[in-house]
Formats: sequence, C-alpha cells, structure tokens
Amino acid sequence: MKNKNSRRSFLKNISLATFSALALSGCDMEAFDQFFQQNFKTLSKKEKDRIIKNLEIKYKEKYGKEFHVSDKPPIEGTLFGYALDLSRCIGCRRCVYACVKENNQSREPQIHWIEVLQMEKEKGIDFAHSTAQYNPEKVPEKGHFYLPVQCQQCRNPQCVTVCPVKATWQEPDGIVVVDYNWCIGCRYCMAACPYGARHFNWGEPNVPAEEINTEMHYLGNRPRKKGVVEKCTFCIQRTREGKYPSCVEICPVGARKFGNLLDPDSEIRYILENKRVLVLKQELNFQPKFYYFFGI
Amino acid sequence: MNFIRFIRFIRFITGSIKIVFHGSKTYYAWLILLLILILWGGFGYLGQITDGLIRTHMRDSVSWAFYIGNFTFLVGVAAAAVMLVIPAYIYDWKPIKEIVIFGELLAVCAVIMCISFIVVDIGNPLRFWHMLPLIGTMNFPSSLLSWDFFALNIYLLINLFVVTYLLYCIFYKKEYNRSIVLPLVLLSIPMAVAIHTTTAFLYNALPARIFWNSALLAPRFLASAFCSGPAILLILFQILRKTTKFEIKDEAIWRIAELMVYAMFIYLFFTIAELFKEFYSGTEHILYWEYLLFGIGDNKEIILYSWSSIIMGCIAFILFLIPKTRKNFLTLNIGAVLIYASVYVEKGIALIIPAFTPDVLGQIYIYTPSWTEIRTAVMVFSIGFLLFTFLSKIAIAIVFEDYNIDSLNQKKRLPK
Amino acid sequence: MKDNFYENIKMPVILMALYIVLTSGCKNKESGNNEIDKVLNEKEENKKTEIAVEYAVEAPPFSDGTYPCTDCHANFAPNPVRRKLVDWHDDISAIFNHDSENRWCLDCHDLNNRDYLKLASGKLLDFKESYKLCGQCHGEKLRDWKVGVHGKRTGEWNGEKEYLLCVHCHNPHSPKFKELTPEPPPIRQEDIK
Repeated sequence: MKNKNSRRSFLKNISLATFSALALSGCDMEAFDQFFQQNFKTLSKKEKDRIIKNLEIKYKEKYGKEFHVSDKPPIEGTLFGYALDLSRCIGCRRCVYACVKENNQSREPQIHWIEVLQMEKEKGIDFAHSTAQYNPEKVPEKGHFYLPVQCQQCRNPQCVTVCPVKATWQEPDGIVVVDYNWCIGCRYCMAACPYGARHFNWGEPNVPAEEINTEMHYLGNRPRKKGVVEKCTFCIQRTREGKYPSCVEICPVGARKFGNLLDPDSEIRYILENKRVLVLKQELNFQPKFYYFFGI
Repeated sequence: MNFIRFIRFIRFITGSIKIVFHGSKTYYAWLILLLILILWGGFGYLGQITDGLIRTHMRDSVSWAFYIGNFTFLVGVAAAAVMLVIPAYIYDWKPIKEIVIFGELLAVCAVIMCISFIVVDIGNPLRFWHMLPLIGTMNFPSSLLSWDFFALNIYLLINLFVVTYLLYCIFYKKEYNRSIVLPLVLLSIPMAVAIHTTTAFLYNALPARIFWNSALLAPRFLASAFCSGPAILLILFQILRKTTKFEIKDEAIWRIAELMVYAMFIYLFFTIAELFKEFYSGTEHILYWEYLLFGIGDNKEIILYSWSSIIMGCIAFILFLIPKTRKNFLTLNIGAVLIYASVYVEKGIALIIPAFTPDVLGQIYIYTPSWTEIRTAVMVFSIGFLLFTFLSKIAIAIVFEDYNIDSLNQKKRLPK
Repeated sequence: MKDNFYENIKMPVILMALYIVLTSGCKNKESGNNEIDKVLNEKEENKKTEIAVEYAVEAPPFSDGTYPCTDCHANFAPNPVRRKLVDWHDDISAIFNHDSENRWCLDCHDLNNRDYLKLASGKLLDFKESYKLCGQCHGEKLRDWKVGVHGKRTGEWNGEKEYLLCVHCHNPHSPKFKELTPEPPPIRQEDIK
C-alpha cells in the first residue's frame, strides 16, 4: 500500500477541488444531480423522462417559454442520407443561418455548423484555395462555385472511435450525436474530423430568448454549455418527426436533398443511382452519408 | 506487523516533509520564486475557468495547441529520464541506484505535469471522472486517449513506488529487496517506451490530420525524447556532483552525451527522410510542411519557432558531435540547454500547430499562444518544478546527507 | 405514409390516362368540329385534370391583377401575327430571353383562351400544370423534378410533399436563376473573443 502515499495527492486534490466547488455552488441539489448524471445511453426510460422534465422546467425558467424536449428514438428501417447539388448551390448562406436558428447555435461567440466554401471553377474542388469569407454584393460570383460543408455523418465516424468517454455515438438511423452532459471537452473528436464539422463552445453560448427554438431533441438542438462539442444532427428534432432538415427547406435553389437510403424510392436513392456523385476525402474511407452531386 | 509497518511509513513521510522545510536562503528564495509564478499563472488559469477556453487563442480551426504540445514534450521527458537506466546498467556506472532514483523522480514530476496539462486543456475538468474505468464509460480500447491514460498512470505508479521504496529502505538503513526493485525497474523501461509511443499514436491515429499521418512519427518522438530528457539529467547530475556527495565520473557524463549524439543523429535522419518523402513527392501533405518551414502567403508567424528549433538543434548536434566540445563542460552544457529548448519548441509548437494550419477545409487561422495559455503553462511548470524541488530535496538528504531514522530520533540538526 | 402517397396518385393517373385515350379517340372522329367546340372540349378536359392533380404544388406566381387574363383579353380580337409587344406586356418584352429568337408569346399561351397555356400538341393546360409545358423541351429536368431532385420540395421526407413549380424559381420569360444577396460571412476566428 506504500504506493498510495500522500505524494499522489495531485489527483486527489483535483477531486477534492471538484467536490468543494460543488459545495461552494450552494449545495445546489440540481448541480449535484447534474454532476452525477450518467451517460445518456446508459440511462433507463424513467431516468430519461425525469431528466427531460427537469430540463423543460429549467428552460422555461431561463427563457420564459414552453419547451418541448424529445428523446424520440430512430424510426425503424431508416438510414438517413443527404445530397447536395454542386451545380445548383449559389453560396447564399441561407442554410447557415436557418441552421443556426433551428438548432439554437450560439450567436455570441458565433458557432456555425455549416461552412460554405467558395472555390474557383478553374481549380475544381481545392480546399487550399477556397475561402469561407467571400462577401460580394450578389452571388454566385462569376467563375466560382460553392461547396457547403457540414457533418458528413460518416458510416465509419472516427470522431466516435476516438472519444475517450463515449460521449458521442452513431444512432441506428445513422446520425452521429453528442451527449452534451457527458462530453468532457477534450476535443479529440475535432482533431479526428476531416470535415471541420465539430464545433466547440469556447465560451458560454448565448441564444436570445426571443429567437430560441422551443422544439428540441435531447441529442440535438437543446441549449449547450461552455466547454462541450456540438455538431450537425441532420436536425434530429425534425427528421425523426418526418420533416426535412431546415437547411433543405430553406435552400432557395433546391440544391439540398434528404431522405432514407434504405428506401429504394427515395429521392436520395434516385440521386445515387442516376447522378454523378462524389464524397469529400473519399481516400480516408470514413464513408460519409453526405453526397455531393452534379444535377445538370 | 502491518500496523508497525504503517507507523514506520508514516514516520518516513513525516521525516520527508520535515526536510522539505529546512534549507538555505537560496533554497527559500527559489521556493518563493516558484510560489509567485504559481500565483501569477494560477490567476491566469482562474480566468480560463470562469470564462472558458475562449481565453486561449485556440479556436475551431486550431482546436489543440500549446497545452497539448507541452503535454507531448513532458511525456518525452518522463520517458527519457528512465531510459537512462539502460546505459547505466549496461556500462555499470557506479551510482546506478542514484541514477534510478533521480531519473524516476524526474519521471514522476513530468507525468504529473503531463496530466495537469491535460486537465487544463479540457473544457469540463470536473467531468474527468467520466473517463475512469468502472465509474465512467471509458472508451477502451478504441480511443488512444484511454490507452494513454492507462500507460501514464501505470508508469506514474511504478516510478512512484520504486523511488519511494528505495528512499524508504535507505531511510531505515536496510538493504532493498532486489527481487522487488529489479523487475519493476526493468518494467518501467518498456513502459517508458510505451507512454511515448501511445502519445505518438494518439496523433498518428488521425488520418484527418495529414501532418501527423506518418509512420515515422512515433520513432521521431522517441528519438527526440532521447535528446531532451537526458539533457535535463546531464545538468542535474553536474549540479548534484558539485553540491552533494553524489559521485559520477566524467566518463559517465560524456557517455550520456555520446548517447545523445546518436539519438540526435537518428532524429535528424528520420526528419530528413520525412522531409525528402514529402517534398519530393509533393502531395497535398506538403502544404503543412510548407506552412511550418516557410509560411503560406503572408502567414509567416510560425517560422520563427520552427527555424529557431532547427538552428538550436543543429548547433547542439555539432557541439555534441565534436569530441572536444563534448568533453568541455561549458560547451556541453550550452549544447544540453540548446537541445532541450529545441525539442521543447518542436514539441510545443512545431508538432501541433501545422497539423491544424491550414485546417481540414483549407482555411488558415493563425495561432499563437495567448497570455492565459502562457500563464497557465507557467503555473503547471512551476508546480512541477516545486514538486521536483521537494522530492529532490528529500532524496538528496536521504541519499547523500545521511538523513535517516536516527537523525529523526536524535533530533539532530537537519541538513541545510 | 409513403404507400399512401402512391396510392393517392395512382387512381387519378389511371383515370386521366383513360380520359386522354378516350378524348383523343373522339377528336379523330369529330375532326371537322369548329373552333368553339374544340375550346369547350379542351375546357372540359382541363376541369378533369384540375381534379386529377398529379403533384401538390404551390399556386402559380402571377403578378397582381393579371389573372384571369380573359378579363382584358376578352375585349381584344386575337391576333396570331408574331410581333414585339409594345403597348401591353412591354415589361415582359423587355426581359424576354427564353429562346427569344425562335419563340414568342403564342408558342406557350393559347391564342383563343388566354387563361390557359398550350402544349405543342395544341392541348390546353392549366397554369398549375405549367411544368408539363416546360417539360416539352426540358424533359430531363422534368423527370428529375418529378422525383424531387430538381427544384425544391418541402413537407415530409417519408410522407406528403409539396412541390414548387418551375416558374416559382425560373421566370418563364427570363428563366435564368436570379442572383441573390448572400447572408453575412462567418465572423473570423481571430475576432471571436
């Protein structure tokens, strides 16, 4: 037992600090509860219901509105896929802001789940010569095309593989989700993602009460705290209810397509079977379910 | 029996603590300096605790930076400190026990600093327990971070145990049990390789980060650790030799330096092999090396770091290579400091930042450490130095100054 | 939901196909009928197709007060001579660039009943079905549109969907998609503090 001597105090001190910090936060039972909350995947239905009910109450207190937080499981027999028509996208960024609004992304500090890259037609898809900062009077600009990037919902997601605490996983319908209450904020997933799809709450996120979307999913657009990672969930709160993701619905040129890859009659399958399709960084073998195609 | 052992152990600990508070004026001045630095850094870290990591200059594009770089460097120090045991054993240097003790003390402090750098780097340090086996949901064996967690902690425990046991035996003036110590020391050597390899694999495992996706990454890690780790011990041994009864022959020190030259040469060779492959084939990998060595467009902030590291490393290599300068203690020490600094800059900045610049979508965000990051790093290093100072103080007293159970009993004057 | 959708459209499509076969048979028999009869006939057909909507579409985007066209056109004698319109619809003349060299108004609009469009076959078409007219030339696009790949659809990915007509996005007289003002670029990461 000699190895457990006092010099190992460093780790002990941390846990001590943890508990004293909790004690200092006013012996708040709720904070205590939250601290000991387990990984969402391991919770029972009863515990989930209780947690969700508490969340709805808490959000109402904070934002003064009625909230509906869902934990709706996947629909049987679905595997979501997405397709984006590169020959149509004009780079107007309507999708970026529709996504921000729908998914309660922080306005300040700003978080965008979709990044639209402007590329030169002459060069083709070339990230090194692309820019997300383009800002002309009108789009599309001559000689350019646009490539919006968001989570590619890989079949083989490395972000999930590397997470040290299993705070992120792939749902049966193919959506990669994050448990914001379990994420420790180590950002290993961000280093592992080849699409820059994961975003970190560097500061305390801020969403104005009048703009907050009250229809929520536990694994989707509920408000986050500082120090956790978030990402596109194909609007899990919408798509599990049968609706299209909000980026699909806003797109003024109809470049964005969404559907069930397991349904041979879906528009996404039609695209895969009839159009020229590509995935980004195919050589990495992450096998995205987000396809880019040329509709023309 | 066990109770008696326990009491004896407690006396050993209290005796050790006593010695920590007795020292010369220089010793106290050094402690005060470290305390001031800890406070200065601690207040910086406090800002990060309250406002979040937004106080750092890390952003989505460069999501890992200075902290993780320091972590990587210190893993190297921790590993190399113990690996010095191999030559000590092979060449049968006289004070092998002392080399083991001080090497392992350094390793213990370095590992603790490593863990601290991870703690300050994560967004929710209070959720650290999510990673613990059984209590949390550790993603073992998928996540390399969980491997690193095990490797570092086992390594920490082994070293802590061996060094405590050795000191305890000397304190009670009895022979240590070779059948306990030898296997553990022998185990700590592959563990030293393991911690550095898993750390290298941590980066190597990410095909998304082209800059790290080279099979030479882990070998380069090990080679560079063999340069920087012994450099610290080289200087430490000289200090100990001057100020205590610690005896080490010049030949042994030169031998360490000679081994460092081999390590430097291997490191240089690996790097050149890497550079040749990247630049001659000119695939998209080259982008990150270009950024590191020449900058992209007007973004040249990093080349100050990369070239200073290269130049310092090359000078150290030459100083160590030429027998005349290797055997001159002035140039030897200059070389040791230079190689240490070179590897520090290489691991701290040049290894991490180019992997994120340009980011995976080709966008360039220029990262340089913020004051919060610098202060936090100073805090962690100062805590580490403080710990190392205390532990060395205890070890010096017990090993060289005949501070033992008798002196505790006789209430003899404590050695300064 | 999905099965329902197909079930819903199956019957009308069969009915319509039957109707087209029948009426075309009739036409052949009564090929000597006068103009008015023909128009009436076509009107009858349009009534049928109105019931048999294949795709749920948003209402056609008429400019205010232009529909029904017959409100004005009833007062003019039809003039089938190709010309450039100057007094009326000059706004359309000004922008018209939909193969303007080879085509003009009456290639798509019916001479006798302006409330309808006209296919190349002479068949009249309600404005709600204008996509069929577009599909005469842009067949591939029509095929993509029908499966929801060209153009925008809203609604449910596994259920009811609503289509936009071609003309909701493409002005039929000047079909190139209009440029838009982009939303602001993301804040540079250097400026996120």
